Amino acid sequence: MSIKIYVPLDSGSVALGADDVASAISAKAAKTGADIKIVRNGSFGMYWLEPMVEVETPRGRVAYGPVSTDDIDALFDADFLTGGAHKLFLGRTQEIPFLKSQSRLTFQRCGIIDPVSLDDYRANEGLSGLENALKMTDEEIVKAVTDSGLRGRGGAGFPTGIKWNTVREADGDQKYIVCNADEGDSGTFADRMIMEGEPFVLIEGMIIAGLATGATKGYVYTRSEYPTAIDVMNEAIEVARAAGVLGDNILGSGKAFDMEVRMGAGAYVCGEETSLLNSMEGKRGVVRAKPPLPALEGFLGRPTVVNNVISLCSVPVILEKGPEYYRDYGMGRSRGTIPIQIAGNVKHGGLYEVGFGLTLGEIVEQIGGGTASGRPVKAVQVGGPLGAYFPKELFDTPFDYEEFMKRDGLIGHAGVVVFDDTVDMMKQARFAMEFCAIESCGKCTPCRIGSVRGTEVVDKLERGEEPELQIELLRDLCETMKFGSLCALGGFTPYPVLSALTHFPDDFKPRALDIAAE
Amino acid sequence: MSETTEDQNVRVAAICDQMAALEGPLLPILHEVQEEFGYIPDGALQTIAKKLNLSRAEVHGVASFYHDFREEKAGKHVIKICRAEACQAMGADALGDQIRRHLKVDWSQTTADHKITLEPVFCLGLCACAPAAMIDGKVVGRVSADRILEKVGS
Repeated sequence: MSIKIYVPLDSGSVALGADDVASAISAKAAKTGADIKIVRNGSFGMYWLEPMVEVETPRGRVAYGPVSTDDIDALFDADFLTGGAHKLFLGRTQEIPFLKSQSRLTFQRCGIIDPVSLDDYRANEGLSGLENALKMTDEEIVKAVTDSGLRGRGGAGFPTGIKWNTVREADGDQKYIVCNADEGDSGTFADRMIMEGEPFVLIEGMIIAGLATGATKGYVYTRSEYPTAIDVMNEAIEVARAAGVLGDNILGSGKAFDMEVRMGAGAYVCGEETSLLNSMEGKRGVVRAKPPLPALEGFLGRPTVVNNVISLCSVPVILEKGPEYYRDYGMGRSRGTIPIQIAGNVKHGGLYEVGFGLTLGEIVEQIGGGTASGRPVKAVQVGGPLGAYFPKELFDTPFDYEEFMKRDGLIGHAGVVVFDDTVDMMKQARFAMEFCAIESCGKCTPCRIGSVRGTEVVDKLERGEEPELQIELLRDLCETMKFGSLCALGGFTPYPVLSALTHFPDDFKPRALDIAAE
Repeated sequence: MSETTEDQNVRVAAICDQMAALEGPLLPILHEVQEEFGYIPDGALQTIAKKLNLSRAEVHGVASFYHDFREEKAGKHVIKICRAEACQAMGADALGDQIRRHLKVDWSQTTADHKITLEPVFCLGLCACAPAAMIDGKVVGRVSADRILEKVGS
């Protein structure tokens, strides 16, 4: 029997050379006559070890990494096909401390299975949640999701069960499940990873959402920057359709649900649910005023669930193991697990799924291992470009929706971006305003104009023009944007700006000396 | 370059017909037109408008809203460099400066020989392998200016 070798197809691994590594292994095996089968799996999310190559051995899967094409000859010489010793040997994959210490509920099969093999998925308890849901009433499914305490993982943290119930009770011949996979926040890649590594769990979650609400059609709206995720999702949808998991007769139940993937076109604001719906309808991605809620008047004016990828992917395990099982993880009102994405200038960057409640310091220093550059950490931005910058003094903040709000921050989609002491926080504040100006949909004035004025004010501050007045102006402008914007783009841009200003005042002193030097 | 030939119209109309059954077909149509021609030809707007019973202004409004849709052809190679925070933390600003200096272009411009288009992108989801870029649709992580330029033969 051929030896199974796993080389991820994950974009992060491919960006670090996984395709070349896979070809080199194939070529070498052909030359030596070794009987191997390469499986392109998802990533386990340990990006400092990617490309991570695994070999199936009698004692389980063992890993080597980070592997480059230059290592292939030596790996074959070291008999890596039987798990031989080599300097890149990492031991059994599941025993790698970064992975072993996680609580992988949502990402339980990501990395383990062939992403587009439904057999693999089923062999690892895939579809058990759906099978249970098919035996339940719509109300019972909604209750299970409500009881699990699951809240929207896109950032807003709205209880998923309550949203579903609104759609369930809404009148409409056609209802929709829209998966918001427009993952534009810097520092986040959980949606991409799971769509590339375990697409069936998203399909399963969307079908369950359909059963719970009476929706028979689903859309995954994702980014054009994610071509691999789109390809893998499309292939998985085809497989699911052919196997009778999607279609007019889900697993022989007589119930219907089908879905397709839609690609955005490079607009950050389309991650906001109402502009996403406009974009899907073929309009400019402009924000809609709420009410009406999308749950009542969503896609094409019909009742629509709009949920983040990770929210939907967390549903199957809740239906499989029960709401209590999921709810037992976490703290306070933040129940279950959260896939934290550790990124930027960090030694051990990657995805770490764990119950809510770790402190920011534990995440950055212990799990992330500090900076990649080896310099001291200066600031950590949590929650994407609209999230606050945290100084080391706030590293005791537990990872929890409410605890972050208390510190004038947000967990957003759980991206954590680490910066070392070379970062200039005034520059980061200016970038937050600039980004808002570039990506504003233009619908409301505080966001459209405020962001442009914001960059100008920071520029004046940098030039030393009446600094005290500029800081007062900047704070005032942030107030206006926070309370006067229609959506989170304008409304949350003040978070990075004000947190930078508040926690790093020294960086906002005029740069008179620099200017004189130029 | 942007004159509309009869042939071009026929191809755009065929794309519209092929996508007509989709709910909200405009974005898929625009993506397909760009795939076919490398940009959205001016004349395509009128054809699409007619097919979807929209005004040309509406179609133009949508095409111009999204960063992806081009009004003219890109260079032979397209370099997209991530300018977002996680990449900034790993030196993306300096990387962008180096590339712009070398190619003598600013963001969203094409070199004089029409060989290379440089575009900013805000996040490729490669935030744990920063700085990241996408070159002719292929992603690269922990990338340097030399490696980017080598890949496009510059």
